[in-house]
Amino acid sequence: MKISCFHLMPYRDLPDDFLSKHKSAWFTLPFHEVADRHKISQYYNWTLDELIFAAKSGFDGVCTNEHHQNAYGFMVNPNMMGSILARATRDLNLKTAIVQMGQTAVFVNPPIRVAEEYAMLDSISEGRMVAGMPVGVGGDFAYSYGYAPITQRERYQEAHDLIKKAWAAKEIFAWNGKYYQLPMVNIWPRPVQEPHPPIWVPGNASPGTWDFVVEHDYAYCYLTYFGAKGADTAVNGYWRRVEEGGREPNPYRLGYLIPVGVSETDASAAKEYAKHAEYFYHKMLLLPPSLFFPPGFLTHSGLEYLMVKKPLPTLEETQNNRFKDFNEQDYLVVGSAETVTERLTEIIKRLRIGNLMLLPQFGSMGHEQAMENIDRIGKHVLPHLRGIWDDEGWENHWWPQGAREEKRKAA
Amino acid sequence: MKDMKTKTVPVLGGALEITTNIAGQGDPLVFLHSAGGFYWDDFLDELADRYTVYAPYFPGTEPGKPDLIRAVDSLWDVVTAYDDVLDALGLEQTTLMGHSFGGLLACELAAQRKRQITKLILISPMGLWREDAPYTVADWCAPELDDLPEILFHRLDEPRVQRRLALPDDEEEAARAQVHFIWTLGCTGKVIWPIPDKGLKKRIHRITAPSLIVWGENDRLIPPVYASEFRDSISGAQLSMIPECGHDPLLEQCELLSEQVGYFLAA
Repeated sequence: MKISCFHLMPYRDLPDDFLSKHKSAWFTLPFHEVADRHKISQYYNWTLDELIFAAKSGFDGVCTNEHHQNAYGFMVNPNMMGSILARATRDLNLKTAIVQMGQTAVFVNPPIRVAEEYAMLDSISEGRMVAGMPVGVGGDFAYSYGYAPITQRERYQEAHDLIKKAWAAKEIFAWNGKYYQLPMVNIWPRPVQEPHPPIWVPGNASPGTWDFVVEHDYAYCYLTYFGAKGADTAVNGYWRRVEEGGREPNPYRLGYLIPVGVSETDASAAKEYAKHAEYFYHKMLLLPPSLFFPPGFLTHSGLEYLMVKKPLPTLEETQNNRFKDFNEQDYLVVGSAETVTERLTEIIKRLRIGNLMLLPQFGSMGHEQAMENIDRIGKHVLPHLRGIWDDEGWENHWWPQGAREEKRKAA
Repeated sequence: MKDMKTKTVPVLGGALEITTNIAGQGDPLVFLHSAGGFYWDDFLDELADRYTVYAPYFPGTEPGKPDLIRAVDSLWDVVTAYDDVLDALGLEQTTLMGHSFGGLLACELAAQRKRQITKLILISPMGLWREDAPYTVADWCAPELDDLPEILFHRLDEPRVQRRLALPDDEEEAARAQVHFIWTLGCTGKVIWPIPDKGLKKRIHRITAPSLIVWGENDRLIPPVYASEFRDSISGAQLSMIPECGHDPLLEQCELLSEQVGYFLAA
């Protein structure tokens, strides 16, 4: 079992009247009306401190991600964060994986820049990097970066193929694609890991992404904030594709992200984390579907599934739910260390998760509380989860080579 | 309502097919629909009393054929495809009309086919840009569906507008209608994202057809200041401003529009 610490780098101090004044925390939220640039300077450093502390506290990996023009999380270039984490963990002699979840290739033109930066990060981390390859948030692509949403998936495929070829090619080559044309591809550096760093693909239960992941033998990371209880349908669909694709049911093929809060008792946990959970679900996820799914971003069949079957809770439903509802439906896991361990164990086993990602800082949670939460998870939860899959004897092929040694050799 | 036929022809050297709705009798009149998709109502039906109206589906927006949009990569592809359609339908000489997004396409096609277009009618077209009057694709793609009518229409209570907005009673059918509408925005958005200023200003001078520009005085989507911009860009063009009207004169002011278009076509 591998457990990593995820961070969104959210805006932690939105005003109390935010919900009455704004319709979205994404894209259309005016910076100057709600944000303080000095606080943001502090947040970036807190985020780095929290992730480095997670590495010291026994998390196996630290995860960064990319989003744009929102209060939900704005690591606009995850590689800037990742490179600091790579160097800081190296200095601490830790074997922590640097999980880039990741730089979004379709936002970068030409996408060989991703191949280059990932190779650079793999070099700095001495082969500890996971290469996340997200399709990207539709609204980021369409509204923040100005690309036609209907081209996002096709562009993603091409960018992926180009990056893989740029990493592997022994000969200099020309790329004549639909979206990218390059006369000579000959990137320097190449990744330390051969043939390339492990690739994780985050997704929202789109069958097309499952097929892609299974075909290429990547790890799939199911990113939902809407509850492990409702995750069975999606996750079972994925495992079925894995089986149909002739791949073995290795739990390390599946990553899963969930917010976690640990305290002394269930009661004290509810008291300490409730408002931050509600801030996260009510404010950070205030995102109208038209902004999250710009027209054309979902395939026609994907759009039909979304609108006819209605698998996601509506904004109103999420707004009407309170902490108790979120916690009961496993949107997040909050409680004493014993409760959290027990509930996470049940989720891990039921969904067959090998690469778990925990979100110990969510919403408005302050720095001290986040550090305390990380400390408690490291001391009282991680040790009980780590051995869950040991008896099945699977190898985690999706864990970076440089992070596999028990202790990194002293430089 | 007139009987409607369809004709599907291969275009772009066989890479794509385009289906055209055909109704009425008389000289040909080609109508290019807006970003919201093909919709037949009283205005086109009355035109079909005197003209054979040809209304092609933009690729991907024909019901049941969503993936056709994959064959289109640029505005240039679309103009070429429509050029192919008109040739395939044998429309050597035709009147051309476009609404909004279709107005942009009509301009491009008229600049390309030049003397093969006998008359050009542009109803609140996209395609030009002024720094003092910005509009982007996000203006009609980013709002929630429920908020769109307020943006598109000035006369929300007009029965034709209400008819256009009505959804089927059956919940699943209603959802499918919304899927079709959103998908249509996605398809049409492919060639104009994020701003429909794709260089028309360098081609619009090529239009030789006598032209009529029509604009709703209360258009909240594309500012009416563009009406004179189009008039001044096309040699000899006439301009007709429609009072009490938003972005969709076809539905909001059907009678006034029919009258203006009638005068122009008869002249």
